[in-house]
Amino acid sequence: MQESRLIVVKRRLTVKWEDFVLAIRLLERAQIWIAILLLPLAAFMLLPLVYLFNHAFKPLHELFLFPPTFIVREPTTSNFAELLALSESTIVPVSRYIFNSIVVTFLSTVAMVVTSAMCAYPLSKHPFPGSKIVLGLIMLALLFATEAVAIPRFIVIQSLGIMNTYLGHVLPLVALPVGVFLLKQFMDQIPNDLMEAAKIDGAREFTIFMRIVIPLVQPAIATISILAFQSAWGNTETSTLFMQEDAMKTLPFYMSTLTSGLANSVARQGAAAAGALIMFIPSLVVFIVSQRKVIATMAHSGIK
Amino acid sequence: MTGNATALSDKQSSAPAVGTKSSVSQRIHGLMTEMWKYRLSYAFIFPFMAMFIIFILIPVVAGVLLSFTYFNAFDFPTWRGWLNYQNLFSQDVVFLQHVLPNSFKFAVFVGPVGYILAFLLAWLISQLPSTLRTWYALAMYAPSLSAGVAMTVVWTVMFTGDRSGYINSFLLKWGIIDKPVYLLIDQDYLLNIMIVISIWSSMGIGFLAILAGILNVDKQLYEAGKIDGISSRLQEVWYITVPMMKPQMMFAAIMSIVHTIKSGGIGVQLSGSNPTPNYAGQLLLDHISDYGFIRFELGYASAISIFVLLLCYVLSKFFGFLFAPKEDE
Repeated sequence: MQESRLIVVKRRLTVKWEDFVLAIRLLERAQIWIAILLLPLAAFMLLPLVYLFNHAFKPLHELFLFPPTFIVREPTTSNFAELLALSESTIVPVSRYIFNSIVVTFLSTVAMVVTSAMCAYPLSKHPFPGSKIVLGLIMLALLFATEAVAIPRFIVIQSLGIMNTYLGHVLPLVALPVGVFLLKQFMDQIPNDLMEAAKIDGAREFTIFMRIVIPLVQPAIATISILAFQSAWGNTETSTLFMQEDAMKTLPFYMSTLTSGLANSVARQGAAAAGALIMFIPSLVVFIVSQRKVIATMAHSGIK
Repeated sequence: MTGNATALSDKQSSAPAVGTKSSVSQRIHGLMTEMWKYRLSYAFIFPFMAMFIIFILIPVVAGVLLSFTYFNAFDFPTWRGWLNYQNLFSQDVVFLQHVLPNSFKFAVFVGPVGYILAFLLAWLISQLPSTLRTWYALAMYAPSLSAGVAMTVVWTVMFTGDRSGYINSFLLKWGIIDKPVYLLIDQDYLLNIMIVISIWSSMGIGFLAILAGILNVDKQLYEAGKIDGISSRLQEVWYITVPMMKPQMMFAAIMSIVHTIKSGGIGVQLSGSNPTPNYAGQLLLDHISDYGFIRFELGYASAISIFVLLLCYVLSKFFGFLFAPKEDE
């Protein structure tokens, strides 16, 4: 099963490689210069990530080699085993953090995408009283880093009584102003006639929303999903501030406990590297799957 | 409760729009029927707005109120007026001597320099044919996907203070230094390393917006420009590309401000302590969490937060002024 998947991946890679060669043949001279100029920069950008992959598979003796090596020589999965073993001695196993992370990320991504889409639709297509104020507030909130108001947020969560629950993880993340904004910009492109025609045919608002609007804004939905996924998957704020019970915390929080003080100690380096890779791969996969749609969406991101 | 809040703000907004000559009661009546007509729209925005009001709007308002009080998280806040702000700008030595200069240096490099770099990169990449373009764009965007916490593993190993750190090992090998430097703890280096890392991870959706904006510029405009006497690529960028994509530039600017503020916590992650060694990498957000969650002076910490939010607002107004569409466009 896994092998057959590997073959599919390999095939895709080879196809891409042929495209790549073809593309190089078609380049103009200026383009070749640009490509060469950008190559070291691209390498610089990717280097730490390549390193992350290699580091996670290094056996213990290679981790502290001098001079340090970049590429792994004898790849092993012992770091991942160590990460799992490390938690057996503690009260909360890593699998619990991973489980929490998956649940929280899934729930909040779905909630963010659904509420953003529902909010963006009337903002774009219905001139209801107050729509300008709502839009203005959301635009203003685009530039607020919620980290800055962590203290009042803490008080709000506390008084709602949702500390140490999954709700405490999910609800604070749901309002994603960027999501509403991007979707609204994208929905502005849909011609109003389309909706009028549907109305004449007897469609209700909800049907129009589900059958016409949502399918047409698919690229934007993909983009929002990535942003939502990223903000939820890497979030440490909710775990640090709103969860006192260790069993309710998430993987990024566990990673931060592994890495704190890493500069001065040699212990658990392998486990930390393995954990870091586990953190990174889902984001990368999600992005690669939907990158075309993302770039298509960003064309409509302008603020006028 | 939240429904009422929106309804109230709605009333204020559109009251003047509905027939200015009619009496107040008639106006309210007209507004109510208008609102009833759009009841479905309100239902659609309700879930988002409820969360927005509870977790963003109320905290910001509460933050403003708290910033005028003394609050230690246990007793009821006591009113202090402008004292917190006065102390912030006259008494707080750490803030004035370390946090502000650090934040300024950090923001100048990560903000404008990162922004200009993003534009340059996006422009260069946009000149490439599409297959190659996708690969380069992916390479530039990938770092911003990496969650901050996870990458700490990489950075700490790269910059480790003994000779097994990559940077140290490299510098030793080439004879630039003769003994390993404690890069992450030394106050001379910490802030610079933070800047490099933040720029590295800054090519996020702002960068993609710029790239998409450049690609969306109508090709015919360049042809027209050539006829009108534009001779170099530089002129093309300045007179056609940038003016045509002002809205995307604005969006990217706002994303850049947010990224700069958010990546503030990186110093604490790298050095493993808050406050950072000798306050070398102390930025605004670290100062907030130092006062808020270590010393529990929540009122004072709120005053710093409000200062940060105001700063963001002023900066975005400045960018809005730069990229506002002119009358004739």
